[in-house]
Amino acid sequence: MACIEARGLRKTFGKTIALDGVNLRVEEGRILGLIGPNGAGKSTALNAILGLTTYEGELNVLGRDPWRERDRLMRDVCFIADVAVLPRWLKVSQALDYVGGVHPRFDRAKAERFLAKTTIQRASKVRELSKGMVTQLHLALVMAIDARLLVLDEPTLGLDILFRKQFYDSLLNDYFDGTRTIVVTTHQVEEIQHVLTDLMFINRGRIVLNCSMEEFAARYLEVTVHPEQAVAGRALRPVHERQVFGRSILLFDHADREQLAALGEVRTPSIADVFVAVMGDPAQ
Amino acid sequence: MSTEAQFDAEESAPAALRATRPLYWSVRRELWENRSIYIGPLVGAAVNMLAFLFTLIHLPRSMRALAAGDSTQQGDLVMPYGHATMLVTLAAFVVGVLYCLDALYGERRDRSVLFWKSLPVSDLTTVLAKASIPLLVLPLIVFAVTAATHLIMLLVSTGVLLVSGGDVAMLWARLPFVQVELVTPYALIVMALWLAPIYGWLLLVSAWARRAALLWALFPPIAICAFEKIAFNTAHCASLLGYRFVGWFTQAFAAVPPDHVDPHFIPLPELAPGQFLTTAGLWVGLLFAAMFLAAAVRLRRDRGAI
Repeated sequence: MACIEARGLRKTFGKTIALDGVNLRVEEGRILGLIGPNGAGKSTALNAILGLTTYEGELNVLGRDPWRERDRLMRDVCFIADVAVLPRWLKVSQALDYVGGVHPRFDRAKAERFLAKTTIQRASKVRELSKGMVTQLHLALVMAIDARLLVLDEPTLGLDILFRKQFYDSLLNDYFDGTRTIVVTTHQVEEIQHVLTDLMFINRGRIVLNCSMEEFAARYLEVTVHPEQAVAGRALRPVHERQVFGRSILLFDHADREQLAALGEVRTPSIADVFVAVMGDPAQ
Repeated sequence: MSTEAQFDAEESAPAALRATRPLYWSVRRELWENRSIYIGPLVGAAVNMLAFLFTLIHLPRSMRALAAGDSTQQGDLVMPYGHATMLVTLAAFVVGVLYCLDALYGERRDRSVLFWKSLPVSDLTTVLAKASIPLLVLPLIVFAVTAATHLIMLLVSTGVLLVSGGDVAMLWARLPFVQVELVTPYALIVMALWLAPIYGWLLLVSAWARRAALLWALFPPIAICAFEKIAFNTAHCASLLGYRFVGWFTQAFAAVPPDHVDPHFIPLPELAPGQFLTTAGLWVGLLFAAMFLAAAVRLRRDRGAI
């Protein structure tokens, strides 16, 4: 069964089109990265999936209509929204009590175990915690819920690199079990490249790239060439070219690996580089 | 599949338990966040208690006058108990109004609504939990606080009389203590039902406003009253509003005979629940309260963080 299925998903705010007929299908057990520039429609898409906003078109999340059945859906779906949204007056112990009280699938012992690895005190209020600790707390709550879909909207925004790394490590090691589905948006693309199983680029309310990471690796190749080979390289029609230390880095879509190997060392490019190539100049 | 089995187990749990658990925790959550819900009435009681201590200076003299047959002293004797009830109730009303104005507005302003909405609690449950604070929780707290205050006042008075050699038996005989504690819950229920549309309106504005919820709550009624006054030189709206605030008293209690000695305590036979329940204003008000709350539920679903 598909975890998320959308057909002709559309959302407008006045004259602004946030989602322009999006079709997507996310199978269960995938980790999807939803990547796009600011205002591309990422958050709107996630809000629609979470039942936080109305939409036109068809949308099915775990077999439910998210807008009509948000509260029911939230038994199987967890999300961490783009900024620290834990109420500042809430005590850590109260957060555990409350989520345990309202969520039938919350495993308090699991949350306690996760918190024990941090320096977070039970009696602390959220306002007394650092930003990194608030994220750890939220992650502890979310990871202790036996959900089928986890949505992360810029979960590591404003965190230092140690916390960011720890966040994704915890997610992969302690949470992801191959049957759960995770959808994540972030601007720190390079940090999640090894985490993802699927990739989706969204721009101006449309999906411009949708592939698995295996397809991504098979499809996109990058080769660094010396200036004297640049012409030969360009003849193979790269989709993007950039200069680094006097050498050209050429990015190819659907190119022949053997042919490129003659020019120089061939690598799988970073998501960020493909993103720039696919999106083009953001100023346009 | 194991998750499916677990799923079925949940489905077969008692329906009432599943339905009330989120409500129970949502109400507790409100008490965690808004400690003014119980601190407000307690402060009212404390202020009253402090003032009451000063009146104790006159207590032995009043008791002697009362024993000598001066019935005007009866009022002085029981008045502080009435003041305690009024002060605590007033504090609770102010707390209730401020609470309602912030209840659905504050969570959107600090974006915590995104956290609350990430949990399996429906908008209906959330709004009902918030509405239950002024309609159920605050009246209960007022009752408990006033009863405790009255008891402490009585014990302190007894102590003063014991030390000063006054007539303790007479104090206990002249104070309609049990009666007061029976009238208070009746009045609290009546007030909650009568004022429900006011709290409902405040919750609605709280769910709707993007800023300055207090202004939006006050503006429409003031504008309508001012318009009516200027356009037609009448004041039906204003009197209707006034009736909504104080009408519960005249509808829920039978007229007090003019020769009644004590304006602060109403004897039990003068409670008029039948009259109150047949007042059109009560049911129209409850209808409005239900409509306001339904609209608030809808708005909570539609409106995201500010």
